[in-house]
Amino acid sequence: MTSREKILQQIKLNKPAETPFPETTRFDSLYENTEEKFIETLTAIYTEVIVVKDLAELARKADELYASVANRATTIPALSNWADFSLNNPDPHALELIEIAILQAEFGVAENGAIWISDAHLPHRALPFITQNLAFVIPRKAIVNNMHDAYERLTETTGWGCFISGPSKTADIEQSLVIGAHGARSLVIFLLEEA
Amino acid sequence: MSKAIIEHSVASETFNKDEPYVDWHDETLWFVRQKRDKSSKLLPEWEQLRETASGIKNYVLSHMDELLIAFEQKAKENGIHIHWAADAAEHNEIVLNLLKQNNIDKMVKSKSMLTEECHMNEFLSKSGIEVIDTDLGERIVQLRNEPPSHIVLPAIHLKKKDIGDLFHEHLGTEAGATDPQYLTEAARQHLRDKFLTRRAALTGVNFAIAETGGFVVSTNEGNADMGAHLADIHIASMGFEKIIPKQKDLAVFLRLLARSATGQPITTYSSHFKKPREGQEMHIIIVDNGRTTQLGRADFRNSLKCIRCGACMNTCPVYRRSGGHSYHNAVAGPIGSILAPNLDMTKNADLPFASTLCGSCSNVCPVKIDIHDQLYKWRQVLVKGGHVPQAKELGIKAMSVVLSQPRFYQWSGRLGRSLMRTIPFVVNNGMNPWFKQREMPEPPKESFRDWYIRNRKE
Ligand code: SF4
Repeated sequence: MTSREKILQQIKLNKPAETPFPETTRFDSLYENTEEKFIETLTAIYTEVIVVKDLAELARKADELYASVANRATTIPALSNWADFSLNNPDPHALELIEIAILQAEFGVAENGAIWISDAHLPHRALPFITQNLAFVIPRKAIVNNMHDAYERLTETTGWGCFISGPSKTADIEQSLVIGAHGARSLVIFLLEEA
Repeated sequence: MSKAIIEHSVASETFNKDEPYVDWHDETLWFVRQKRDKSSKLLPEWEQLRETASGIKNYVLSHMDELLIAFEQKAKENGIHIHWAADAAEHNEIVLNLLKQNNIDKMVKSKSMLTEECHMNEFLSKSGIEVIDTDLGERIVQLRNEPPSHIVLPAIHLKKKDIGDLFHEHLGTEAGATDPQYLTEAARQHLRDKFLTRRAALTGVNFAIAETGGFVVSTNEGNADMGAHLADIHIASMGFEKIIPKQKDLAVFLRLLARSATGQPITTYSSHFKKPREGQEMHIIIVDNGRTTQLGRADFRNSLKCIRCGACMNTCPVYRRSGGHSYHNAVAGPIGSILAPNLDMTKNADLPFASTLCGSCSNVCPVKIDIHDQLYKWRQVLVKGGHVPQAKELGIKAMSVVLSQPRFYQWSGRLGRSLMRTIPFVVNNGMNPWFKQREMPEPPKESFRDWYIRNRKE
């Protein structure tokens, strides 16, 4: 008998009597202002939120913020002039030089400040982790209340996706919080008024 | 492990020798527990969420085989290879073979308590494979050649100075440096080099989803993602109880996990793997290693609902004052003390006794496991099975004689009270384990029973 058969057979023999699935599995979080809650949560986890009117203002802000930074990459066509690092190389290891990446993300969650990003909008899964600094652009309208709402949106998932909430961090040395463990050292969210 | 096991009570006695250090350990964990409290109180639906999570997990326990079969089928359709391992040895062999087939002798690993349970690092290193742990806390304990002392906070037992000395020796940081920012930066550089040069990455699995055939890995550092997205081959090891039915059930668990663990609203990264990226190989190893046995023990099967948040450890007065290593098991603390005897009753008979049964663990558990009840039940199973050391067994027997004979109980109480009053050194000494870390109370002049009889008459 293979281990697979052995395990499944043992489970069948040993599992408890049938228990029904719980009736309620979703809850509504009612925030007076979802965007405010979203910004508040992100600020508490060391993330800056910048509201921009349109793509032109986004480009201006990007120039301003990262004026002296080389190795800039982006997945946003309107920023192609701003970027000086091409993402066309098929080898993800080449991305290690990136200092700042501004990426299209899909939506945000007010209750925990998580941003959903997936390979639907990414040429490389490693990109949001390997870049030294990270920024996401999400439409202002794309903020949901809580994780239940988030998964209602996520019926069509791709091969890989991730909720990212703030810059990489650790508190493994005597519980002192340090930002920038392995992933991005900083995170900025651009909320786009007109998508 | 081949090392002789030191009983929990003995190990904690050693741990307790350095009083300021124990106080620090205690307070540090209590601080984490308080962060959990604050965070949970911000959600009005917190208790309902726990109830729901517990309900979903009960459903999982009773549909385990069907869910695993559905998961396997979906995952295969997604291009993931599935392996089944009956025990730790088989798990380790599978990993080794995958590496050998690909001519790989170096691997990066993100946190996985299952591979600790299987002693995988030890096994692989004997076969000439270098495994680098990439979670900072895990890397620290790995450099020290010791196991993690906590499932979420692996190096919680160490102080800045310990880590500064360690990094000075291994990573070439300045002697005497203790700044966490500086030390973390050194580890970042050291590990970035590993991420960029390793062709294989192993991760744990926090949740596996039957509906999609995908799985979720949660970290704060992003180390699981750094490893997996750069490697040619990604191996994910999961205990079979990690399965959940639907993707949307993740909402319930992800809302509970980080809040219970550290008080964060969610971990920084919750990565959803469903298909390998182009050109990559993805493998999942589904491991039993005693879990089917535990599933068959009606009194203990609820322990398989655990989502490994660590809240029960942070709140446990015994864990906080004895340290994770005193539990001599991959998973320490209250939940570890339930899981360990399932693996080996003789070796781990001491662990269910390492608890005050105060119930704090059950109160914080996000999936409502009846932890302290299970610890109590294990004690009885272990005593009946003859797994408990004689001294403890004698104590328990003496207790049952005293408690089952009311006259004897009254007499021994009277004797005890008068002894404590007249010759207190009989009890206030190192021979009496109750005297350790406590003052003995002033004995009352009369027993409650005597008081009650007198007052009723009046
Ligand atoms: S038993 Fe409960 S509290 Fe303890 S680690 Fe598991 S889920 Fe968390």
